[in-house]
Amino acid sequence: MAALALKSRRFRMEREADWKRLEALLDHYERGRRSAMSDDDVIAIPVLYRAVLSSLSMARAISLDRSLIDYLESLSTRAYFCVYGTRATIAERVAAFFSEEWPGAVRSLWPETLAAGALAFIGAAAAFVLTVHSPDWFSAFVPYGLAEGRTPDASTKDLHDTLFGHDAHGGLSVLASFLFTHNAQIAILAFALGFACCLPTAFLMLSNGFMLGAFLALFVGRGLGVDFGGWVFIHGVTELFAVTLAGAAGFHIGWTLAFPGSRDRLVALTEAGRQAARVMIGCLLMLAVAGVLEGFARQLIENTALRYIIAVTTGVAWSAYFYWPRGRR
Amino acid sequence: MSTPSMTTTTPERLRELVTPEGVDLRLVLAEASERAGAFLLDAVFIALSLIVFTLLTILAGVLTKLKTAEALAAIWLLVSFVLRNFYFMAFELGPRAATPGKRILGIRVAARNGKALTAEAVFARNAMRELEVFLPLSFLVASRNSIDAWISIAGIVWCAIFVFFPLFNRDRLRAGDLIAGTWVVRAPRRLLDVDLSSAAEGQGFVFTREQLDAYGIKELTVLEDVLRVRDAPTIAAVADRIRAKIGIKTGITTGLSDVAFLLAYYKALRGHLEQRLLFGRRRKDKFDKP
Repeated sequence: MAALALKSRRFRMEREADWKRLEALLDHYERGRRSAMSDDDVIAIPVLYRAVLSSLSMARAISLDRSLIDYLESLSTRAYFCVYGTRATIAERVAAFFSEEWPGAVRSLWPETLAAGALAFIGAAAAFVLTVHSPDWFSAFVPYGLAEGRTPDASTKDLHDTLFGHDAHGGLSVLASFLFTHNAQIAILAFALGFACCLPTAFLMLSNGFMLGAFLALFVGRGLGVDFGGWVFIHGVTELFAVTLAGAAGFHIGWTLAFPGSRDRLVALTEAGRQAARVMIGCLLMLAVAGVLEGFARQLIENTALRYIIAVTTGVAWSAYFYWPRGRR
Repeated sequence: MSTPSMTTTTPERLRELVTPEGVDLRLVLAEASERAGAFLLDAVFIALSLIVFTLLTILAGVLTKLKTAEALAAIWLLVSFVLRNFYFMAFELGPRAATPGKRILGIRVAARNGKALTAEAVFARNAMRELEVFLPLSFLVASRNSIDAWISIAGIVWCAIFVFFPLFNRDRLRAGDLIAGTWVVRAPRRLLDVDLSSAAEGQGFVFTREQLDAYGIKELTVLEDVLRVRDAPTIAAVADRIRAKIGIKTGITTGLSDVAFLLAYYKALRGHLEQRLLFGRRRKDKFDKP
């Protein structure tokens, strides 16, 4: 038979069954039907993968059947991503993230965190001083929509009511989820804006500080400073910390983009992106906690001392979690 | 492994990925058009699911006579936030590392260093969408209130920089890919096609050595494509060209259809060229010396 004299055809006939088996297993794996696969199947994947890889190099050397080589390349690539792309189980990943990766990433970004915190503080201090001297500044720092009647024109009683009366927002759960989604969106923006060489992130940090400072000046001017502190910091410690970290993540990326150091810019940027993303994933969780504190705890607890206790507790807890020296490295 | 490339894809999109076993998988980067198409599909999917979900929420609100309005509003806010931010992340963290739009176009996300795609990388590349897509979009929406024409112009320029970012680098990276250390490659699911040399047609036709020396590997590949597509006018035209080239008069092969003739020639040519290959001679095309 002349046709069987084709070595490439015999080659294919001998190995085709293995290829088809690997293809079927990969279909299962990619559809996420891991539970439908027996232990034998799971163990077979790496073995079959190596067999297909060797078939591929062989086919490239002896076969001129283009569709066969294309098929083997596609199959090998799929199998490669399956074999070498597998991650640890979700539980292990989550545990590693909370025990080491997240606090480690936050620690390694300490210069950026200081910078972001300092910017917010400078913004707050500047706005506070300016607004105390001349209340006209208030409208320059706080967008009209966010003020919600808390302006220098409001009476002291109204201002007092905003701190202790139930919010007019309606249900607490709506408020909590609104606050969380809104803040998380801002945090993601602060991170993404870092790519534009830090400047927009810096502005975001400053303007965040402006608002805090302006409000503080307004309430201090009416003798409500202590109560306002309780109202803000019960959730604000967590929220401001998270926003500062998001800003730090943005700075880290922008700074590395501008000054990659002795490394290749792309390599440095990738490493910075990973580190910053780790910080950011954690930030979103912090903001969820802040949203719950703001939406529920603040509305339900109307005692300023208790509010301060919660604020201090969260502050100590977060700092200890991030910065407490760990034994092993 | 230094076998010359036989793929017809443009070499500037070909990237080396050498597995730990030492085989180059020859990844092909996705074209910018495929990326854009996948994104548009995903945007449509997100918009559709948001519309459906909104209608369901309204329906649920009406059915319960607004008693659960508060909980529904909270759920709606959270779901729309999750859709906007985690649609891409959730799908790209799956085993196929591709959103539905990417799957439809046969592309996937991969780490540039060939290692596993990590959750951080997927988060970073998708958080950047905030900057690339949603921020300029909100600029454009805001500018309808005619705050300032300059702001909307700045928004459009900003948008353009990031939308066309992939066109300005070799690897077709968008800003998110740059940060995350990822790129988008073709990962089509190919099925194993029949071996053309196993076809029953075209048996018992013998070609001379000179007739088989007329073409090289490139032409064989073209012939393979023609035979797989089986477009009648093309088959006829190609058969005529080959007959003329190798000097066979139509009269001699009257017993054979064009397809059978081409199959016979394909088998003979492939056998001939593969045999030369075993002896270390890879004849690129018909201009290469036999």
